[in-house]
Amino acid sequence: MNEEIKSFTISIYTENNIGLLNRISAIFQRRHINIESLTTSQSEIEGVNRFVIVVNITEAQAQKIIGQFQKQIEVIRAYYHTEEETIFQESGMFKIKSDLLFNEPQIQNIIKESNARIVTVNKEFFVLEKSGRRNEIESLRRDLNIFGIMQFVRSGRISVTKEEMKITEMLLAFNNQ
Amino acid sequence: MDTETANKTREVLSKTERITGSEAIIKCLIAEDVDILYGYPGGAIMPVYDELYKFRNEIHHVLTRHEQGAAHAAQGFARISGRVGVAMATSGPGATNLITGIADAQIDSTPLVCITGQVPSHLLGTDAFQETDIIGISTPVTKWNHQVTKASEIPEVLAKAFYIAKSGRPGPVLIDITKDAQFGELDFKYEKCTGVRSYIPTPKTNLESVKAAAELINAAKKPMIVWGQGVILGEAETELKAVIEKAGIPAAWTIMGASAIPTSHPLNIGMVGMHGNYAPNKLTNECDVLIAIGMRFDDRVTGSLDTYAKQAKVIHFEIDPAEVNKNVYADVAVLGNSKDSLTELLPLLNENSHEAWHQEFKDLYAIEFEKVIKDDLHPTKEGLTMGEVLKEINVQSGGNAAIVSDVGQHQMIACRYSEFNKTKSNITSGGLGTMGFALPAAIGAKMAAPEREVVAIIGDGGYQMNIQELGTIFQQKVPVKIVVLNNEFLGMVRQWQQLFFDKRYASTEMTNPDFVTIAKGYHIDGKRVTKREELADAIKEMIASKESYFLEVCVEKEDNVFPMIPSGASVSDIRLS
Repeated sequence: MNEEIKSFTISIYTENNIGLLNRISAIFQRRHINIESLTTSQSEIEGVNRFVIVVNITEAQAQKIIGQFQKQIEVIRAYYHTEEETIFQESGMFKIKSDLLFNEPQIQNIIKESNARIVTVNKEFFVLEKSGRRNEIESLRRDLNIFGIMQFVRSGRISVTKEEMKITEMLLAFNNQ
Repeated sequence: MDTETANKTREVLSKTERITGSEAIIKCLIAEDVDILYGYPGGAIMPVYDELYKFRNEIHHVLTRHEQGAAHAAQGFARISGRVGVAMATSGPGATNLITGIADAQIDSTPLVCITGQVPSHLLGTDAFQETDIIGISTPVTKWNHQVTKASEIPEVLAKAFYIAKSGRPGPVLIDITKDAQFGELDFKYEKCTGVRSYIPTPKTNLESVKAAAELINAAKKPMIVWGQGVILGEAETELKAVIEKAGIPAAWTIMGASAIPTSHPLNIGMVGMHGNYAPNKLTNECDVLIAIGMRFDDRVTGSLDTYAKQAKVIHFEIDPAEVNKNVYADVAVLGNSKDSLTELLPLLNENSHEAWHQEFKDLYAIEFEKVIKDDLHPTKEGLTMGEVLKEINVQSGGNAAIVSDVGQHQMIACRYSEFNKTKSNITSGGLGTMGFALPAAIGAKMAAPEREVVAIIGDGGYQMNIQELGTIFQQKVPVKIVVLNNEFLGMVRQWQQLFFDKRYASTEMTNPDFVTIAKGYHIDGKRVTKREELADAIKEMIASKESYFLEVCVEKEDNVFPMIPSGASVSDIRLS
């Protein structure tokens, strides 16, 4: 089994129930695995949630924890994927003083070149949003940091897989069993 | 329940009626055929106890002396009967006191439904009196848990609880019910749960994998079976026996699997693991095909994984997909219920006897007998051994007793030397190693199977961890037989201190009270044995007693349990002294 530590994206389709996040995070915690990022949202199926979790572990570990997730009653299906098998991005938000926009013309170039979007502008501050890979958001943060950032936040990874997930078929099979 | 009451209950359950949440809880229990439950009342569960009072002719609530006792009693009930054990407690400390029993049930796959009261929903999260986040606390040790805050949720949630606890690989479920949900009203109608859409309890047996397993077994020169509790939980004892006999395969067991095949069966080659038998441990590293059935390769079974059965092809029959390749890589994994899988396997197997291979087990047994067993069972030294007590219990009970053991040296001796004629006869805390398990578990076992002789074998340490349950035995008149093997030490820890910590006996010596007087304080008749010549008569008297009976046997203080695989060593490095 491959013992190399790699970044894996774990996708877990679940029922939308209170307490499930606790059950899932406990599985990592118990094995001393640090969560790099965690996002949860509605999935493509009404009433079914999807967790997207990034961890740095070995493939052997990934296989074993997938078994532990699937064992949970309210987990419909869990998968692990490598970066090559997914399309993924993150989102960053920057709150910056508005006068910089006028006093530092370079900022306008940075915004343009980075394909960041201006979400709002008022007298005191403006808000930039940048979606993309981690390094793109990080590079924008470094560029803007020179001028001063009032607030910065970056989301966890969201990702879709290249392969089909077939959750709807799975749910139908559950209902017919 | 008599027929008339049963009919009335059925009638009540079949139609919709307006009742309170607490009454609904009792009706759900009755609908799930619960006639005994174990628990302890308190503020947040009082409405349910009020209903238990009203339904006291249908459902028998056993007041234990501590909630941990209630959880273990429910476990004992479940383990001997295969039914779901039910425990009940109030919020806060009542609920947290259940946790050890729940954790024990989780790791030993015991079906439990635990019902806890909770503060009213408007007080959740306010640090109210006796509020604790029992859902958060119990999450890592339950198969499923759920908090009910509305009366209308009760029937569906409890139906789901019983279904999840019992189906597939069984386990404990905790349902936390706020006090306002108990007081609230609902239109009650009960429907049993038959499925949960995100949950596949039992994977279907794949016939291709069974064929692959059969091919490996038929080609094997030195096959060996290690079975676990999966055989008992799957009720596959007959199928396992048929497989063993047809293919002539020597078969060993984990402590959780003990008693599935009678001890006297010629192909039963004993126990594997840290204090298991010499032959099956040694020959695990000699066999060419290792067939694991309903067991999970616990570290106490395998010792060092790096040197465990590396020469063998491994076949793993298992109901829980998460167990496959978890500790030991399986060349062939057969997912599914053990009964179904073994039924499919049997016709594909060739008849065989493997006599020469079997002889290797006999030869190693002879060595173990000479170096260990002889002195355990037929000692010539002055002090009493734990082994001779077990041997005498075997003789006096005809091997028909259910043995409920606690945790430590006496447990290993009980598992090694008990003669089992019937399945579900070895009730012990295997995975969690919970001292204090045996006394309350024996209560549950005896109440679930009153026709059986139930003998609790307990050390002087573990006995005092739940000694208060003598009160339950007395009040409920439960005729369990209690044997305390007293060596005035926490024996297993002392053994490790002797072997691995240069005899530094840190906090393992016990200054004990007069146990017989304590038992008599609870009006339980008892005796203390210190000499070999008194032993047989005392055990005879105990077995003959129609009531509960306490027997203290003062055994040699510093005896060790052998064989032993030191922690982290290979099964091949098993020590005889």
